[in-house]
Amino acid sequence: MTDVTAGSLAQVAAALRAKQLSSVELTRAVLARVDRAQGALNAFVTVDAEGALAQARSADAALAKGDAPALAGVPIAHKDVIMTAGLPTTCGSRMLANFTAPYDAFVVEGLRNAGTVLIGKTNMDEFAMGSSNETSYFGAVRNPWNTEYVPGGSSGGSAAAVSARLLPGSTGTDTGGSIRQPASLSGICGMKPTYGVCSRYGLVAFASSLDTPGMFARTAEDCGLMLNAMAGHDARDSTSLDRPREDYTRSLVEPLQGLRIGLPAEYFGSGIDPDVAAAIDAALAEFRRLGATTVDITLPNVNLSVPVYYVIAPAEASSNLSRFDGVRYGHRAEKYTDLMDMYKKSRAEGFGAEVKRRILVGTYVLSHGYYDAYYLKAQQVRRLIADDFRHAYERCDVIMGPTAPAPAFRIGAKTDDPVQMYLNDIFTIAGNLTGAPAMSIPCGFDRRGLPIGLQVQANYFDEARILNIAHQFQLATDWHARAPSMDI
Amino acid sequence: MPLTLDDVHRIAHLARIEIDATAALEVHGKLEAIFAMINTLQAVDTTGIEPMSHAQDVMLPLREDVVTAGDQRALFQSVAPAVQDGLYLVPKVIE
Repeated sequence: MTDVTAGSLAQVAAALRAKQLSSVELTRAVLARVDRAQGALNAFVTVDAEGALAQARSADAALAKGDAPALAGVPIAHKDVIMTAGLPTTCGSRMLANFTAPYDAFVVEGLRNAGTVLIGKTNMDEFAMGSSNETSYFGAVRNPWNTEYVPGGSSGGSAAAVSARLLPGSTGTDTGGSIRQPASLSGICGMKPTYGVCSRYGLVAFASSLDTPGMFARTAEDCGLMLNAMAGHDARDSTSLDRPREDYTRSLVEPLQGLRIGLPAEYFGSGIDPDVAAAIDAALAEFRRLGATTVDITLPNVNLSVPVYYVIAPAEASSNLSRFDGVRYGHRAEKYTDLMDMYKKSRAEGFGAEVKRRILVGTYVLSHGYYDAYYLKAQQVRRLIADDFRHAYERCDVIMGPTAPAPAFRIGAKTDDPVQMYLNDIFTIAGNLTGAPAMSIPCGFDRRGLPIGLQVQANYFDEARILNIAHQFQLATDWHARAPSMDI
Repeated sequence: MPLTLDDVHRIAHLARIEIDATAALEVHGKLEAIFAMINTLQAVDTTGIEPMSHAQDVMLPLREDVVTAGDQRALFQSVAPAVQDGLYLVPKVIE
C-alpha cells in the first residue's frame, strides 16, 4: 500500500493485520497529513501525536502477538463534544477552551477497546448548535471539495477529516442532523443509529432526548465496523437500551430484491435544488435496477419538524447548559461584583451568539405561563410526526429522499439568518424526534462539483438493513470512492 | 404571543446571561423571526394527543443502591477555575 491513508477503514485494518505496514508507520503518516491539512481545513481542535503513537505501539505489539482486537491500529478522531480522559474537550466553545475531560465517554471506551488509535479531537459548531461549522470558537471548518464552502455541521471537523482522507473514520453526534447533514455536504457516509443503541455517557449534553452518537466513514461496511465497537448497553446512561449484541455488518451482502422504498411526497416538493433532485432520482433508478420497488407515501406532519425541534432542543439545551456557571469548571469572567454578576458575565463571555440565542429561546418556552403553549405543544406534535412514520412503515421498509435540500453553501452565506440556517436540517430532524436510525450516503455532485447525499431512514433497530442497502448501492456505484482533489 | 424587548431582558436575566441594550435589540429581531417559525405549531389541532417526551416508550431502569464511583474530588477539582483546601472558591455572597 503506497498511500496508506487513502484506504477505507476495512482496508486499513486488513493491511495492518497482514503486516503490510505497522500502526506506528500509519499513525506517523496520518499525523503528517492532518498537520498539512490543518491550515486549509481547520478540522482539528486538538491533535495528540504523543498519545496516538503510544497507542499505535500497543496496537503493533498486539498485532505481532496475534491477539489484536478487530480495529487494532486504525486511526480515528472524536468530535470535540465527546469526552476523552486527559485530553481537552472544548465543545468548540470559549466556555470549555481550557477544559480537560476527567473520564472517557462510552463510545470512546468502545472504540479504544476495539484497538483504534485516537489521533485527536475534531472541530465543531459550538455545543453542537449549527449546520455549517461556523459557530466554533476555534474558527470555521472548510469543505475539502471547495474550501470557500462550509462542510456542514455541527460535526463539520469529523466530516471534513474523513472527506479529505485524513482518517478512515471519525465519530460525531446527531441531535437534529449533525452527522447526516455534514456527511451529505462533504461527500461521505454518516450514520445516526437508533436513540439508545449507543450510550450518551460522556457526551456533553445538548438536547438529551435527541442527542445520538454516531459515525462518519467512506463506506457502509466501515460504518458497520465502527458501530459494532460503539453500540452496547451502559448502565451509566439511563436511556441506554439493554438489547442483545448485534453484528451490524451481518447482512451487507444480501440482495435488495423485493425491498420497498417509501418516497414521501413532502421530501420531493418545491424548494429542492434541481441538481439534488436529479441525483436522488438517479439513485432511486439504481435501486430499482437492484430489485427494489418504490412506493409513494405521505408524512403529513413532517414539515412541522423544524418548529417542533426549535422548541424541544433549545428547551433541553437551556436546562443542560445551566451547569456552565463559571464556578466548578469552564470559563470564569475576570472582573465581577458579586455572584450573580459572575454568573452573568462568565456566561455572556463564555458562550457565542448562536448558543446564547438558543438558551434564550429555551428559557422563554419553559418560562412561567408558556410551558403548555410551547413545550407541551411541541411534544404533542412530536407524537404526530412519530405516528406518521409508524403508519408509513406499514407500507414500506425504508424511506428515502435527499439528506439536505441543497449542496454546501458558501462560508458566511447564512450566518445572519438563523431561520434559513435551521432549514438545512428540514429532512434530518424527524429522525431525531422519532429516534429511529438514518444514514446519509454519497449519491452524486452538483454542477459546481459539490457532493450530494441520499438519506436512508428505517424503523427502530434496522441499522443492519440500512447498512445492507447502502453497501449494495456502493457495490453498484462509485460516488463514495470519489475523493476531493485538494493537495495535502 | 409577541416577544417584547422587555421579555428579552427578562429571559436573559433568568438564563443568567449579561446583555446590554444594543445586544438585546439585535437578538430581539432574530428571536422574533425564530418565534414566527415556531408559532406555526399553534395552528395544529393536538386535542387528546399524548405528549412524546422520549424516543423510546421504556420504563426508567433502577439500579442497586451501591457505591459505584469512589471519591474523585481531586480529579474533578483539577479543572476548576479556583479551589482552596478542597473547596471551590466563589465571590462573597453574604456581606
